[in-house]
Amino acid sequence: MTDEPRSGTSRRGFLRTSALAGAGLAAGATAARAEAADPLITEVQDWASAFGDPVDATPYGMPIRFESHVVRRNVSWLTESPVSSINFTPIHALEGTITPQGCAFERHHSGAIEMSKQDYRLMINGLVDRPLVFTFEDLLRFPRASTTAFLECAANGGMEWAGAQLEGCQFTQGMIHNMEYVGVPLRVLLEEAGVQPEGKWIYAEGADASSNGRSMPLEKAMDDVIVAFFANGEALRKEHGYPVRLVVPGWEGNMWIKWLRRIGVYDQAVESREETSKYTDLMPDGRARKWTWVMDAKSVITAPSPQVPIRHGKGPLVITGLAWSGNGAISRVDVSTDGGKNWQTARLTGDSKPKALVRFHLDIDWDGEEMMLQSRAIDETGYVQPTKDALREIRGLNNVYHNNGIQTWWVKADGEVENVEVA
Amino acid sequence: MSKSRNLALGAILSALAAPVAAEPLGLGRPALPGEVTAWDVSVLPDGTGLPEGSGDVLTGEEVFAEKCSSCHGEFAEGLDSWPVLAGGEGTLTDRRPVKTVGSYWPYLSTLFDYIHRSMPFGAAQTVSVDETYAITAFLLYSNGLVEDDYVLSKANFLEVELPNADGFYADDRPEAEYALFRGEPCMADCAAEVKVTKRAAELNVTPEDPDGRPAGSLPDLRTAAAETAAPEAPAAEVTAGDAAPASAEAPVEAPTAADPALIAAGESVFKKCSACHKVGEDAKNGVGPTLNGVVDGPAAHEEKFKYSKALLDKAEEGLVWDEAALGAFLENPKRYLKGTKMSFPGLKKEEDRTAIIAYLASLPK
Repeated sequence: MTDEPRSGTSRRGFLRTSALAGAGLAAGATAARAEAADPLITEVQDWASAFGDPVDATPYGMPIRFESHVVRRNVSWLTESPVSSINFTPIHALEGTITPQGCAFERHHSGAIEMSKQDYRLMINGLVDRPLVFTFEDLLRFPRASTTAFLECAANGGMEWAGAQLEGCQFTQGMIHNMEYVGVPLRVLLEEAGVQPEGKWIYAEGADASSNGRSMPLEKAMDDVIVAFFANGEALRKEHGYPVRLVVPGWEGNMWIKWLRRIGVYDQAVESREETSKYTDLMPDGRARKWTWVMDAKSVITAPSPQVPIRHGKGPLVITGLAWSGNGAISRVDVSTDGGKNWQTARLTGDSKPKALVRFHLDIDWDGEEMMLQSRAIDETGYVQPTKDALREIRGLNNVYHNNGIQTWWVKADGEVENVEVA
Repeated sequence: MSKSRNLALGAILSALAAPVAAEPLGLGRPALPGEVTAWDVSVLPDGTGLPEGSGDVLTGEEVFAEKCSSCHGEFAEGLDSWPVLAGGEGTLTDRRPVKTVGSYWPYLSTLFDYIHRSMPFGAAQTVSVDETYAITAFLLYSNGLVEDDYVLSKANFLEVELPNADGFYADDRPEAEYALFRGEPCMADCAAEVKVTKRAAELNVTPEDPDGRPAGSLPDLRTAAAETAAPEAPAAEVTAGDAAPASAEAPVEAPTAADPALIAAGESVFKKCSACHKVGEDAKNGVGPTLNGVVDGPAAHEEKFKYSKALLDKAEEGLVWDEAALGAFLENPKRYLKGTKMSFPGLKKEEDRTAIIAYLASLPK
């Protein structure tokens, strides 16, 4: 210990050395014994002596700089234009179930627009007794409801239909977020306008240039749909539809109209571009399913995963992941470490709410050998998340949307992780 | 007053799915007919909402060339990865199906509705009703569904049936799939042997961090934090929503003493343009010409790009894209240069124009 030249050891130098030592450790021993006292403990650090930031240094705080890698990312080759495109939630780096708005994935068809509450108007028209216009202030005076719900793009995992393609669950399953919303039940607004007996469908459309619009049956509109203006306790972010968006629990994200400006009541579906040309599921016989609104049960292990290799070596390992179902609550998640030969039931951590993300954990003692990690969700209807092969057998390779197949991560002995398919 | 509010609350709390006559709160105001007309432009498959008007194929071809072809191509064939609108018949069972108006779309109303409300990209709601009829007629012609003397109007609209009208059926997953996927799953010895059949690593199409790892990989907690963390956020204000973590690779070779914050802001604004205009070393002409060296250079500088006649005429007259000229063009392209091919509606904010010009000027020539 005396041969350690204490004066010449900068903190950074020490950490570099210990990093090398750590890499060695990963291969072998479990519990590490300190060879030298840790200067982070034995030396008085700056932060333990001087002031930190005062209050008001950041009136609205951002994550500390050490978390700068935890951001939405896009895959630029996917689309021609970043204003009609999508990016991905860093689900590999998050825990729990609530997605912070600032890193919740975005999908715009004509860019995220800037609209003030003062300029906001919502119209309800069509087959109603009283066609109405609401201001934002009007909406604030209606009785409110709250719900926590996942929003998943119908195309989440779409690039993976034909085979493993992207390294990282941010890219393979990251078109999803989960927030707590507060707003007015759509049902209340429709009742304010008075839906006529012939009114069987509503059509919701946005105020942006794409005027993205989707039809849904009146039953859904009267059930659990919310005209939301708060998410995770604060106003919606611009990119999530500020000041008002539609929340359509359990149904594909494209229907959650942002910058909601109009609800039309009709006797039929509008059959807009986004529900005919897009968001329809081409089947092997050349015909297509339409109105595939529900997002079926699905799960993914978020760590370990390609962006989260195991660096600590064998021994205790936390396997963590997310599960969700548009048909209700998740009742169980099973995890396999051998590519689906054998399964064990994981622990659901926290409440399992219908149509919301639930977190699962499995704590194992890793032997340092290769693993083929998989998870499969089971929802309250008894639906068991299928394999990709099982889905492809029915739907072929041109389906694009609604890939809820089981994901496989190939964990190598060195802890690196690859996105693969197995059979 | 509080009584009726409680009544309404009770109605919400009841879980009935069928509409019940709840007592209105009296919030909001009646929508005026002119307001409804302005916003409800939906056209439904049975013709509901179709406005009076008409348009012919040849007019449609002209309007399409002017307003649509920069992305969709002059023959609706689709440039780059922009949507192909014509052809594709018989490909829906192929490995690479071509889903077009003729091969896939079920309803003509959808086409009319979408063009009229959402196109052109970046300049929505600038196509008149008659132009919409004309473009729709042209696309029917491009798909071989009508002759070149065809005129589409409100009167004959419902006579048109698209080839794939019967190609869709309502979601049948509950019947076709759910029964297969229910039941207690196997827990042990479910497969004899498991082999890797596909590897993402072989495709190698994942965005990467500078160290070659998948982008966004968590940092190694055994290396010094200072080496993995991004530098403190630059002093320059970055607008909310522009959280792009790209500042580390900002262009080093800024030729003049330009304001880096302004250049960064301009780079952000440029995202609106980057669909059509490429910049940087490997830039190629796309829908629009590359813009390296455009600032203070002669107009129509890209030899290989097919500029509009309007711009070529101006270039002939000696137009130079100095800050004033470029600013005026970007404010309102069509007003500054009647006949320009650029369908972009313009940058209304002066600060955006100043920033984007600073950004373009910072690029290597």
